[in-house]
Amino acid sequence: MRKEGSRLFDVLNYAILIALCLSILYPLYYMLIISISDGQAVGRGEVSFFPQGITFATYKVILDNPDFLMSYKNTFIYTIAGTLIAVCMTTLCAYPLSRSKFFGRTALTAIIIFTMFFEGGIIPSYMIVNGLGMVNTVWAILIPPAISVWYMIIMRTFFQQLPNELHESGYVDGANDLQIFLRIILPLSVPVLATMVLFYAVWHWNSFFPAMIYLNEKIKYPVQIIMRNMVIQGELSSTQSAAAEANALGANITGLNIKYAIIFATILPILVVYPFIQKYFVKGMMIGSLKG
Amino acid sequence: MFFRSNRGIAMESGFSRDNPCKVGIWRIKRRDARCPPIETPLIIRSNGAEEAVSHAFVQQLAWEGSIILKQIKDNRYLFLMFALPFIYFIVFKYGPMFGLLIAFKDYNVMKGVFRSEWVGFHHFKQFIFDPYFWKLVRNTVVINVYMLVFYFPAPIILALLLNEIRKGMFKRFVQSVSYLPHFLSTVVVCGMIVNLLASDGIVNQVVQAFGGEHIPFLMLSDWFRTIYVSTEVWQKIGWGSIIYLAALAGVDPSLYESARLDGANRWKQVLHITLPGIAPVISILFLLTLGDILSIGYEKILLLYTGATYETADVISTYIYRRGVLGADFSYGTAVGLFQSIIAFVLIYGANKGAKRLGAASLW
Repeated sequence: MRKEGSRLFDVLNYAILIALCLSILYPLYYMLIISISDGQAVGRGEVSFFPQGITFATYKVILDNPDFLMSYKNTFIYTIAGTLIAVCMTTLCAYPLSRSKFFGRTALTAIIIFTMFFEGGIIPSYMIVNGLGMVNTVWAILIPPAISVWYMIIMRTFFQQLPNELHESGYVDGANDLQIFLRIILPLSVPVLATMVLFYAVWHWNSFFPAMIYLNEKIKYPVQIIMRNMVIQGELSSTQSAAAEANALGANITGLNIKYAIIFATILPILVVYPFIQKYFVKGMMIGSLKG
Repeated sequence: MFFRSNRGIAMESGFSRDNPCKVGIWRIKRRDARCPPIETPLIIRSNGAEEAVSHAFVQQLAWEGSIILKQIKDNRYLFLMFALPFIYFIVFKYGPMFGLLIAFKDYNVMKGVFRSEWVGFHHFKQFIFDPYFWKLVRNTVVINVYMLVFYFPAPIILALLLNEIRKGMFKRFVQSVSYLPHFLSTVVVCGMIVNLLASDGIVNQVVQAFGGEHIPFLMLSDWFRTIYVSTEVWQKIGWGSIIYLAALAGVDPSLYESARLDGANRWKQVLHITLPGIAPVISILFLLTLGDILSIGYEKILLLYTGATYETADVISTYIYRRGVLGADFSYGTAVGLFQSIIAFVLIYGANKGAKRLGAASLW
C-alpha cells in the first residue's frame, strides 16, 4: 500500500517537473520558429511545432535596422563598463567590511544595510543624478547601480570565511593591508569575483528602467529600450516598413515575425552562454545563501 | 548633571572609578590598563554660559583621541579602499534620502530644494484624501497577497519536488531549465506575454481550437492579476528554489533514516523533518519579501498595464512614476514614495519583531 502511494507520487512528480520544463522551453522555441517562418503561414495559425517556409529575412531586416544595431552595441558597452565598475566598487566595499580589525566596521555596515530597507525613491534619486549633470550621459547608467548591497554582503561573507592566518602571515612578512589584499586575497577570490561579474553583467544586460528615465537620445539607448518601443508599445511604423521592404524583395514576413525575432536576438547571447556559466551562478548563490 | 563633550554626546558626570574609560561612542577596549585613571571627575559650570571640564576629562579625551588616531593609522589602507564606496553610499543612497525633504515642500525646479516653500504635510493629505488612494492601496495589497499566496510557496514546492528525484541527470536538467527565465529581462518577458496573449497569439489560437471565444487578455482588468502573478511564478520559481535546495542539502540525513525506521512515509518525512529543517530559510525569505511588499514589480506593471487595466493594475509605485516622473509633479511623487517606504519599513520591522517573538529566524 505504502509502496504504491510512493510510486504514484514519483509518477506525478516527474509529470509536474516535465510540464514545468515544457512551459519554459516551449515559448522560447515557439518564438524561434515563428521568427524564421513564413508570415502567411503564421497568420493562418499553421506554425506550432515546426517552422513553415523557413526564411531568415526577418533577421536580415533586424540587422539592417540601424536603431537596433546601435542599441545592441550600446548594451554591450554598458554591460562591460558597468560590470567592471560595479565589481571593483563592490570589492572595495566588501573587503574592508570583512576585516574584523577594521575600525568602525559595525557602524559602517549598519549604515550600508539600512539602505537596503529604506531608500529615497525614484524622484529624489533622479534629482541627485540630474544635479551631478549625469542625465543623458552613460554615467547615469554606469554609476548609480555600482553597488548592490545584497551582492556586497555575499562577497563580504566570502572574504570572512577565508582563514585569518593569511592576513597574519602577510603582516609578519611586512605587507600592508593593500598588498595583502592584492597579492593574497584577490587571487583566492576568483570564484566570488566570477559570480559578481556574472550577476552584474546579467543585471546590466537586462536593465531598462535607468535608461528609460535617464537617457533621452535614441543614439544612446540600450537594446531593451528599443525592444520595448518596438515589441511592447508596438511602435510598428519601423517594423512594418521594414517588413514591407523585405516583402518587396520577395520575402514574406509580417510585423509579428519581426517582433519575435527581436526578442530572440536579445536573449540569444544569454541562451548561448547560459549552459556554460549556469553552474557558476548556482555556486555563487550558494556562497551567499546560507551563511549570509 | 550633564555636559556636552566636543563630540556632541551628552554624558553624565562622575564616571565610576573601576571603569574609568566608559566614555564615548567608540568601541574601545574598556578596561585597558593603559588608560590613565581619572582622579577627580569634576565639572565646573559658571552661570551655564561657559563650560569647563576637569583636567581628568581632558586627559581621558586625549587618550581616546590617541587611540582613534592609532586605529585610523593602523587601518589607513582599509579606509583608503573604503573611501570610494563610502562616497557612493553618501551620494547615491543617502543623498536621495535628503532629497525626501521636497515631499514637505512645494518643489520648484528653478528655486531648488532649499529655497522652495515649505508646505508641511499638504502632499500627504492630498494623496490620502484622494478617492483614487483606496484603489491604489487595494490593488497594491491584493497583488501582494496573491504574490504571497501563489508566488512565495512555489519555489519551496519545486525544491521539495526536486529533492524527491534521485536520478542526477534529470534533476540537473530540470534545474538548469527552471533557472533560465530568471535571466530574461523584464522587457523580454513582457514582450513575450504581450505577443503570446495577443488576439492572434498562440494562447488565443489554442482557446479557439477548443471552441472558445478569443479573449483580449491584456485589455481585461479581470485578467491582469492572474497574468502578473502566474508569469512572475514562471520567471522566478527555479531561481528561488536554489536557496531552498541549499537548505535541504543541509538537513541531516540520519534524521530521515530514523524516521523511516519509525515507519514514516515520504509525506510524513517531508512534514516532520524536511519542512522544519528549512524553516529558518523560509522565515528569512518571507521577511525579505515583506520588505519589498509595496514597491513590488513596478517595471513589469509599467510595461504590461494599459488604460483599460488601471482598474486592477495601477499600484502605488506605478502611480508615482506616472504622476511624479511623467507628470513632473516631483513633490507629490516624492511624498507618495515616502509614504510607501515608511509603510514598507514598518512592515518589515514589525514582521521581524514578530518572527523573533515566535522564535523563528529573523533578519537582525
